[in-house]
Amino acid sequence: MHWIALKMLTGDRSKYLGLIFGVTFATVLMSQQVSIFVGIMARTGSQILDVRDADIWVMDNKVRYIDEVPGLRDNELLRVRGVPGVDWAVKLYKGQVRARLADGNFRNVILFGLDDATLAGAPETMVAGDLADLRRPDAVIIDTAGYEYMWPGEPVVLGRTLEMNDRRAVLVGVCKASAPFTTLPILYTRYSEAGRFVPKERHLMSFVLVKAAAGVETQTLCSRIEEQTGHSALTRDQFFWKTIRYFLASTGIPVNFGITITLGFIIGVAIAGQTFYLFTIENLRQFGALKAMGVSNGRIVGMILLQALVVGLLGYSIGVGLTAIFFESTGHITHLAGLHMYWQIMLGTGAAVLVIVVLASLLSIRRVLVTETAIVFRT
Amino acid sequence: MLGLLRKQQRFTPAAPVASHEAGPTAAVHCRGVTKRFGSADSGTWALRGVDLEVPPGQMTLLVGPSGCGKTTLISIVAGLLEPTAGEVQVLGAEFARLSGGSLVRFRGANIGFVFQQYNLLPALTALENAAVPLLIAGQVRRQALAKTAAVMEAVGLGDKLHSLPSQLSGGQQQRVAIARALVHEPRLLVCDEPTAALDADSGRTVMELLRRVAVQPGRAVIVVTHDSRVFSFGDAIVHMSDGRIDRIDGSPRV
Ligand SMILES: Nc1ncnc2c1ncn2[C@@H]1O[C@H](COP(=O)(O)OP(=O)(O)OP(=O)(O)O)[C@@H](O)[C@H]1O
Ligand SMILES: [Mg+2]
Repeated sequence: MHWIALKMLTGDRSKYLGLIFGVTFATVLMSQQVSIFVGIMARTGSQILDVRDADIWVMDNKVRYIDEVPGLRDNELLRVRGVPGVDWAVKLYKGQVRARLADGNFRNVILFGLDDATLAGAPETMVAGDLADLRRPDAVIIDTAGYEYMWPGEPVVLGRTLEMNDRRAVLVGVCKASAPFTTLPILYTRYSEAGRFVPKERHLMSFVLVKAAAGVETQTLCSRIEEQTGHSALTRDQFFWKTIRYFLASTGIPVNFGITITLGFIIGVAIAGQTFYLFTIENLRQFGALKAMGVSNGRIVGMILLQALVVGLLGYSIGVGLTAIFFESTGHITHLAGLHMYWQIMLGTGAAVLVIVVLASLLSIRRVLVTETAIVFRT
Repeated sequence: MLGLLRKQQRFTPAAPVASHEAGPTAAVHCRGVTKRFGSADSGTWALRGVDLEVPPGQMTLLVGPSGCGKTTLISIVAGLLEPTAGEVQVLGAEFARLSGGSLVRFRGANIGFVFQQYNLLPALTALENAAVPLLIAGQVRRQALAKTAAVMEAVGLGDKLHSLPSQLSGGQQQRVAIARALVHEPRLLVCDEPTAALDADSGRTVMELLRRVAVQPGRAVIVVTHDSRVFSFGDAIVHMSDGRIDRIDGSPRV
């Protein structure tokens, strides 16, 4: 019977392909959009995850997300250092400044000011130059995407200069960094240099980065810091999710993507469901003849489900393949870099496709089951 | 128990039945069968009380004007439709007592169908189509196809085994359908207007084939037809009108 079901399914080539196309379309729409959505959401907090050497971020307790941070007074650093269980604690500046290029053009950039002594929070991987050069006067390091953005199409040349706050900065290295939400270039410099590059602010210290002493539980230390300083102390993951939650709750992004994804699902159900339903309706007589000849309702249900699952599996596989090709072929485009498929999304899309084909076949099954077998005698 | 009864019956040689009177050897036995379509007050009565005995080993024609209830009657006899009232016994099995599942199995094992519209599966070859009842019965495909090839030979389609239905003429498709109806050696064959969609020549070929291959001792063949040109093929002709049986003619064949 399974053999007959598959023959029936593949017998009409164009309808068969139409069915698969519907599922493929839905799969691509859903998996691709969800992946981009998740990728973009992850970007909002990617700078937090990039800092691997510290465990805890201390900040003003009114901070909602990483891009909007008032400075702390300098002596707060000492208070944090005074909390028992803190191995080390250093300053970190993070903000946006305007950089003027040699040709007079200017770009907004994200500027990190790293602790002069430890360079805590520095990029992990250098593409050109040496991290140690950051200790030279006026030195800055830029991320690869940022370099392309500032000097499009040009080969990497170290030693080129730019100006921030009318102060000269010298490029000493290019590093890898996760793409930020705003796709702005990321510049790293020393904290003391940041003080010159940033237009006068009363308090420059955006964060205090903390490393917990060996054996001290991070969460416990967070609570202790909060208690003693009155500031907010979050683990890397907590701060990351806090930032993401802010973007989820306060921007139209989730709604937009939600609509696209829902549309993908609905269109999938509509195309696949309708094609499959029509396919079954056209085969109603065939199913009727099989029922007359002794095929039970249970086996008919099995046949239709098998047909639906085959269509779902093929459409899903092709769809996931196309999405993978999309991300593979756009991986080198700077503003799409870092976006990729997540296996959880593939699973989720698979589940959605399963729901689509099962919904589609339920309608068909109902129709076949309620149809009088005696229709086989009708002309 | 029922199965045992059936098995015993299978080996009972068909007694020569002179007329369509009640008898324990009848393959089909209907008593007071009525069928109403639709609701009690506004429905139509397709059958208004039918008593019928169909003996095995013969071809029984069911004739009458359009709408008189022929299709309804054979649908009931074939277990595809439930009567509103009355008693239906086929090959010793009382349909009213069979559960849904056993009725389906009973049909699969004992009844062959030939439809006016052939109802072949378009994606299957002629041979595969004819083998469907064996596949339904769970036979291995290779065996089923081998056995079916012989039946296809018998209906004169030995050279069309691998053609798709769309590549065959109407008459040839109907012969595939006949091979399909017979391949599992059912003891009851029901045919609804098997020649209605065919020209006179193909119609005659189909009837001759049914006569020659289908009618066997122990197998009852019921053919619904409009077509007075094929009346001569029947051993008996049951005339219906308006949901009732008017009269039954024995048509002595030479
Ligand atoms: N499923 C149904 N629902 C409602 N009425 C039906 C149904 N099937 C048959 N009828 C009615 O029952 C009556 C008998 O129909 P049936 O199909 O048995 O006639 P028939 O003798 O086979 O006619 P024909 O020679 O045209 O095939 C007709 O009046 C028909 O309209
Ligand atoms: Mg009819």
